[in-house]
Amino acid sequence: MNIIEVRNVTKTYDGGEGLVTALGGVNLKVEEGEFLALVGPSGSGKSTLLSILGAINPPTNGEVIIDDINIYELSSERRADFRSEYLGFVFQQFQLIPYLTAIENVMLPLAITNRSTTEQREMAKAVLEKVGLGNKCERLPNQLSGGEQERVAIARAIVNHPPILFADEPTGALDTKTGQEIMDLFKTLNKEGQTIIMVTHNMDCLSYTGRAVFIRDGLLEKTEEYRKKVI
Amino acid sequence: MLFLVIGMVIGITTIVTLFTITKSMKIELGNKFDQIGANMLIIPKADKLTLSYGGVPVSGVSFDVKKIDSSAIDKIRTIKNKENIAVVSPKLLGGIKVNEKNALAIGIQFKNELRMKRWWKINTDAGKPEQFEAKPQRMEMKNTEVLLGSELAAKLDKKPGETVNIGDQSFTVRGVIQSLGSEEDNSILLDLTVAQEILNRPNMISMIEVSALCNTCPIEEIVAQISEKLPQTNVLAVKEAVEARKAVVDRFANFALAISVVVLLIGSLVVFLTMMGSVNERTREIGIFRSIGFRKVDVAQIILTEAAVVSILGGISGYLLGMVVAGSTAPLIAQMDLTIPWELNIAAGALGISVIVGLLASVFPAYQAAKLDPSEALRFI
Ligand SMILES: Nc1ncnc2c1ncn2[C@@H]1O[C@H](COP(=O)(O)OP(=O)(O)O)[C@@H](O)[C@H]1O
Ligand SMILES: [Mg+2]
Repeated sequence: MNIIEVRNVTKTYDGGEGLVTALGGVNLKVEEGEFLALVGPSGSGKSTLLSILGAINPPTNGEVIIDDINIYELSSERRADFRSEYLGFVFQQFQLIPYLTAIENVMLPLAITNRSTTEQREMAKAVLEKVGLGNKCERLPNQLSGGEQERVAIARAIVNHPPILFADEPTGALDTKTGQEIMDLFKTLNKEGQTIIMVTHNMDCLSYTGRAVFIRDGLLEKTEEYRKKVI
Repeated sequence: MLFLVIGMVIGITTIVTLFTITKSMKIELGNKFDQIGANMLIIPKADKLTLSYGGVPVSGVSFDVKKIDSSAIDKIRTIKNKENIAVVSPKLLGGIKVNEKNALAIGIQFKNELRMKRWWKINTDAGKPEQFEAKPQRMEMKNTEVLLGSELAAKLDKKPGETVNIGDQSFTVRGVIQSLGSEEDNSILLDLTVAQEILNRPNMISMIEVSALCNTCPIEEIVAQISEKLPQTNVLAVKEAVEARKAVVDRFANFALAISVVVLLIGSLVVFLTMMGSVNERTREIGIFRSIGFRKVDVAQIILTEAAVVSILGGISGYLLGMVVAGSTAPLIAQMDLTIPWELNIAAGALGISVIVGLLASVFPAYQAAKLDPSEALRFI
C-alpha cells in the first residue's frame, strides 16, 4: 500500500526577480517501509519537494495524499497536528535547540502531547540509547560531536514513532566515516520497518537505500531500484 | 533577555519608588491633618526668633522676650463666635533642669491639652511599655504629676510611677508619651501654674492653642475676632500651612503619575522591541517547532510564557529594589520624615503591571512568531 502519493505537484516561488519554478509537475508514490533517496544537484528542487511532502509547504498545484489524507486540505493547525502524529524531520545541519540538553531536545516533539514529563523523559532516554547516546543525555549540543548531534536529531525525529521519517542531507555536514555510521543507523531503522525519505546529493549514500529518485530542474528524471523493501 | 529583565526592573523600580513615596507622603499628611487638634495658634507679637511647632513653621514665636498674660485665656471666650470655640489650651515654655538634665518644660492645663491631643499615646503602665492609655482626654492628672516625652524619659531612665526632681520639688511621672517626632519628645509636661512658679513667670504664657469646631465655621473670622481682642498677639490659622503642604503633595502625586505613565510606555516599547528581536533571531527555532508539530497557538504560548516569566522576575525584583530606593530617597524627595510601608497591594500592583505590560507588549511579537512560515523559516539552513 502506498503511504504517500504525490499527484501533479508544481511549486512556483515568487522570488525577488520574478517567478521561479522549483517543481514542474511531480508524480511519486512511496510504499510503506521504503527507504527512498531524492537525489539531484543543488537547486534542483529536492528540499522543496521534501517540505511539500513534510506538510509545511503548500504546493502551487496538485495534491499530496498521506495515509489517505489530503494533507493540504487540512487547516494549518490540523496540519500541525498531522505532522506531530505522522512525520519526523531530520533537518540539514541537525538544528538542535542550543540551550536545551540532548534529552530535552529529544523530548520536544512529546511536549505537545499529553504525556507526563516522566513518561516523556523515559521515551526520550530509550530512543537516545537506541541511537547510541544513552550516556550523553544531559549534554548540550555544543558539547557533542557532529555525528552525535546528528544522532540526537534522529532520536528527536523518531521519538514519537512517526510512520514517516524525512531527512534533508543528513550526511552533508559529516566526514565520510561518520556519514557511513549515520547511514547505517538509518538502514537499521528502515529494517525495523521505518519508512524513510532522504534528500542527498552524495552518491555513496545510495547503496544504503532501496530506491533513488533523480531530480533535475524540478522534474523527476529517473528511478533506480537497489533492493526490495524489507517488509 | 537579560537586557529585558533589567529594563523591566528599572521601570518597575521607578514606578514603585514614586508610588510608595507618594503614598507615604499622603499617609504622613493624613497624620498631620489628624494631629492638628488646634486650628489656631496665638503667639506674642515679636519678630526675631523662629520656632517650629508640630512640624509647622511658626514665625515669631519667642520664649523669653514677650509673654502673653493669663487674662488672654478668658478674653478668647468673649468673642462673637465663642460657641465655636471648643478647647483653649495655654502653654508656657521654658528651659529647665530635670534630674540635672536639660529639658523643655511645657506648662499646660492638663485637662485642656489632653482634650486637644487626643491622638497621643500615653503609656501609664511601667510593666507593659506597649500598653497605652486608650483616651488621653479621660486622664485625670494632679498638679504633682507630670508627663514625659519619650526621648526625655529614655534620657532620664524614668518609667511611669517613678519620680523626677526639678530643683527641690519632686513629681510623679504619670505617663510617657510615645514618640511624636516633635518638640514634646524631649519635654516634661507639667501643670501650668506649677510651671509658672518654677520658671518664675507668674501669670505668663508663651502661646495658646485654640481649637474651634470648625467644619462650617469661618476660621478667618474667628482669627480676626481673636486678634481684635488680643492686639498684642499674632493669631495664626494652623491648617493653612498644612493645606499648602497638601498642595505640594498633590503636585508631586501628579508628577509621579506622569512619570509612571512615561516609564510604562518606554517599558512596553523596550519589551516590544526585545521580543520582536528575539522572535527574529529565533526564526529557525520557531520553524523547527512548527515542523515538529507545534501549533501556532503553541508557539504563541511559548513566546508569551517567556514574556510572563521575564515580567514576573522584573516585577518582583523591581518591587524590592523600588522599596530600597524609596527608603533611601524618600526623605530627600519629600522633605519629610517618612516611614515606607511594605504593602501587599503595592507588591501585587507592581507584579500585575509588569505582567500586563510584558504580555500586552508581547502579543504582536507572539503573533508574528505564530504566523512564521515553517518552510521559509528553515530555508536558509
Ligand atoms: N522560499 C523560496 N523563495 C524563492 N525561491 C525559492 C524558495 N525556496 C527555494 N527556492 C528556489 O527554488 C529552487 C529549488 O530550491 P531547493 O528546493 O532548495 O533546491 P535543493 O534543495 O535541491 O538545492 C532554487 O532555484 C531556489 O532558489
Ligand atoms: Mg536543499
